[in-house]
Amino acid sequence: MRIFVCIKQVPDSAQIRVHPVTNTIMRQGVPTIINPYDLFGLEEALRLRDRFGGVVTVLTMGPPMASESLRKALGYGADRGLLLTDRFFAGSDTLATSYALSKLIEKAAEDHGMPHIVFCGKQTIDGDTAQVGPGIAQRLGLSQLTYVSAIDEIDPDKDTITVRRRADHGVQVLTSRLPAMITMLEGSNEIRRGTQADVLRAAQAKITQWNAAGVGIEDLSLCGLRGSPTVVKRVFAPSARSEKAVMIPAGDGGSATAAALIDAIFERQPALEEDLISEAGGY
Amino acid sequence: MKKELPEHFRSYKHVWVFIEFEHGRIHPVALELLGEGRKLADKLGVELAGVLLGSGADALDEATRNCVAYGADLVYRVDHPVLAQYRNQPYTKVMTELVQKYQPEIMLLGATVLGRDLAGSVATTLKTGLTADCTELAIDDERSLAATRPTFGGSLLCTIHTLNYRPQMATIRPRVMAMPQPEEGREGRVISYEPDLDEQSIVTKVLSFLPDDASEASGLAFADIVVAGGMGLRSEENIQLVRKLATVLGGDWGGSRPLVQKGWIGADRQIGQTGKTIRPKLYIAAGISGAIQHRVGVEGADMIVAINTDPNAPIFDFAHLGVVADAVALLPLLTEAFRQRLLVNRLAG
Ligand SMILES: Cc1cc2nc3c(=O)[nH]c(=O)nc-3n(C[C@H](O)[C@H](O)[C@H](O)COP(=O)(O)OP(=O)(O)OC[C@H]3O[C@@H](n4cnc5c(N)ncnc54)[C@H](O)[C@@H]3O)c2cc1C
Ligand SMILES: Nc1ncnc2c1ncn2[C@@H]1O[C@H](COP(=O)(O)O)[C@@H](O)[C@H]1O
Repeated sequence: MRIFVCIKQVPDSAQIRVHPVTNTIMRQGVPTIINPYDLFGLEEALRLRDRFGGVVTVLTMGPPMASESLRKALGYGADRGLLLTDRFFAGSDTLATSYALSKLIEKAAEDHGMPHIVFCGKQTIDGDTAQVGPGIAQRLGLSQLTYVSAIDEIDPDKDTITVRRRADHGVQVLTSRLPAMITMLEGSNEIRRGTQADVLRAAQAKITQWNAAGVGIEDLSLCGLRGSPTVVKRVFAPSARSEKAVMIPAGDGGSATAAALIDAIFERQPALEEDLISEAGGY
Repeated sequence: MKKELPEHFRSYKHVWVFIEFEHGRIHPVALELLGEGRKLADKLGVELAGVLLGSGADALDEATRNCVAYGADLVYRVDHPVLAQYRNQPYTKVMTELVQKYQPEIMLLGATVLGRDLAGSVATTLKTGLTADCTELAIDDERSLAATRPTFGGSLLCTIHTLNYRPQMATIRPRVMAMPQPEEGREGRVISYEPDLDEQSIVTKVLSFLPDDASEASGLAFADIVVAGGMGLRSEENIQLVRKLATVLGGDWGGSRPLVQKGWIGADRQIGQTGKTIRPKLYIAAGISGAIQHRVGVEGADMIVAINTDPNAPIFDFAHLGVVADAVALLPLLTEAFRQRLLVNRLAG
C-alpha cells in the first residue's frame, strides 16, 4: 500500500510568544514535538504496511528545521520523509496550508504513485482547527473519513475500506472508496517504539526537500499570508471582569471559611438555595 | 491591511446558521447559533436564515418551525433521501451550491463532529476563510465579522477576520452561546431547494449506527451545578472530594485538562476549549489556575466560585467569588456544611 502521513511540528510548550507587529507565533527557542494527534495516523499507517507491505511516506510543510520531525517519524518506522519548505509559505492559514500540502502530495504521487490513504491528525495542538485534513481531501478528491476509531476492513486491490467513525451520538460504520483521507481518533492505537535499525536509518536518511516552484506552484498568491483569507487582526490577553472576584476571608481555612463561602453563594443566588432545598431526596 | 471587498462578493448578504439535524433532532448548538446569528443579523440589518438539510417532510416541517421560533427569518430547506444521514460528500455539495446561489455574508456552524467535518470541506470548496471554535462573535465598524478564539499559549485570545472573501465562516462549540427563548407563532419564510443528488455517485455508505449508551457524563454540559478540580488537588484520590460535593449539590463534576492527561479522569469530563463548555448556575473550581482554554469553557456560568492557594491565580480575574485556601482541606468541609445547611432547611421547609 502507498500511504502518506501528514505530520506537523508543533511547539511543545504553552510558553509561546507572539510577534508584536505581525501577530504571528514566534517559534524560536521553543522545544518542538510531532503534533501528538498525528502519531495515531502514523501508527495506523505502519500497521497497514505491516499487513499489506508498501511504503509509508511522512510529509510536512514548515521551516527547514521541521525535517527533524520527519526524521523522528522515520525513527518510528516510516520509510520516507518529504519536506515542503519555502519562505512564501510563511503565515499560511488552513486554506493556504491545505493547498500547499495537496500540491506536495500530487508531486510525490507523480514519483511514487497516488496514495491509497492520506492520514492527517484529528487536529493540531497549536492551530487546533481540524481543518487541514478536510481541506486536503476536498482538494484532491479523496473520500473524507474523520474521527475514525478503527479500520475494520480494507482491500487495497478493490479500493474499498470499512471504518468505525465516532459521530456525535454514537459510532457510524462506514464503507467507502480509496483513496481516502483519514483522521484517526486519539487513543485508537499507540505509537510503537522504533527498532534500533529504524533509529539508525533515520539518523542517516535523506529527507527530500521541495520548495514552492518544485511542487509546481506557479501562483504564489495562493500561498502563505497572501493566500490566506483569514487575517489575525488582534492578539490580546483576556480582560479581568469589571468587578474582581469578591474574596472570602480565608480565616482558618476550615469550617468557618466553608460556612462563609456558602453564605456568600446563597446571598448572591437565593433562587439556587430554594431549588436545592425543594429538590427531593434527603441526605 | 483592509482591502476593498471584490465586486463579485458585494452582493453577499444575510447571516446563515447551518442547522445540524440528525436522527430527527436539531442539535441544540444550532439553536444557540440562531440566537447569536440573530444579534449579528440585527446589527447588520439583514435577514437570518437557517439552512436545513435532511430527509422526510414531517421531521423537516417540525425542524423548520423550530428554526423560525428560535429566530430565523428564513429557512432554506433541502429534503432528499441521500441526505437522510450525514455524509460529507452530498452535504458539502449541497451547502456549496446553496452558498453560490443565495450568497450569505456570514455562515455559522456548530463545532461538533459533524460541523467540523463539514465546515473544512465547504470552506475549501468555496476558497474562503474559516475560523474554528470561536468564543465570541461581533460585527466591526467595517461590517466585517470579528471572530475571537483562544490561541495557543494558555493566556491569549485572537480576533480573526475574513476581509476579502465571502462568506465569512466560523464554527462555535456547543454551550458557548446562550440558548435563546423560542417565540411560538413567529412567522418565517421557507425556500425549498432541489439538489441534483444521486445515491449512485456517493462513495461513502453508512452500514450501521451504534448509538452510545446514555453516558453518565453526557449531562455535564447541561448541569445546573458543576464542581471541578484541577492540578491543585494533587492526587487521583482527591478527585472523590469533587465528586462528593457535586453529589450533595445534585450536580455534575469534571476537571481541567491535565487531569485527563494524567489519566485521573475520563476525557468526557474535561471542561474547557478542547473539552466541554458548560453554562451552569453555579460553578465551583477547586485547584484550577484558570488558563484561557479553561476559562472559555466556563465563562457562561452564572456564578463562578474559585478555591485556590495562590491569590494571584488568573481564575480570580473572572470568578465572582474566591477564597484563598487549600482545596483538599476545604472541599470536605464545604461538602459537610452544604449537607447540613440543606438538611436543616429541608426539615424546616
Ligand atoms: C490547545 C490547548 C487546549 C487546551 N484545552 C484545555 C481545556 O479544554 N481545558 C483545560 O482545563 N485546559 C486546557 N488546556 C490547558 C490549559 O492551558 C492549562 O494548562 C490547564 O487548564 C491548567 O490546569 P490546572 O489549572 O488544573 O493546572 P495548573 O495550571 O497546574 O494549576 C493548578 C492550580 O492549583 C493551585 N493549587 C495548588 N495547590 C492547591 C491546593 N492545595 N488547593 C487549591 N489550589 C491549589 C495553583 O495555585 C494553581 O493555580 C489547553 C491547552 C492548550 C494549549
Ligand atoms: N504544516 C503542516 N504540515 C503537515 N501537515 C499538517 C500541517 N498543518 C496541518 N497538518 C495536518 O492537518 C492536521 C490538522 O491540522 P489543523 O487543521 O491545524 O488542526 C494535522 O494534524 C496534520 O496532520
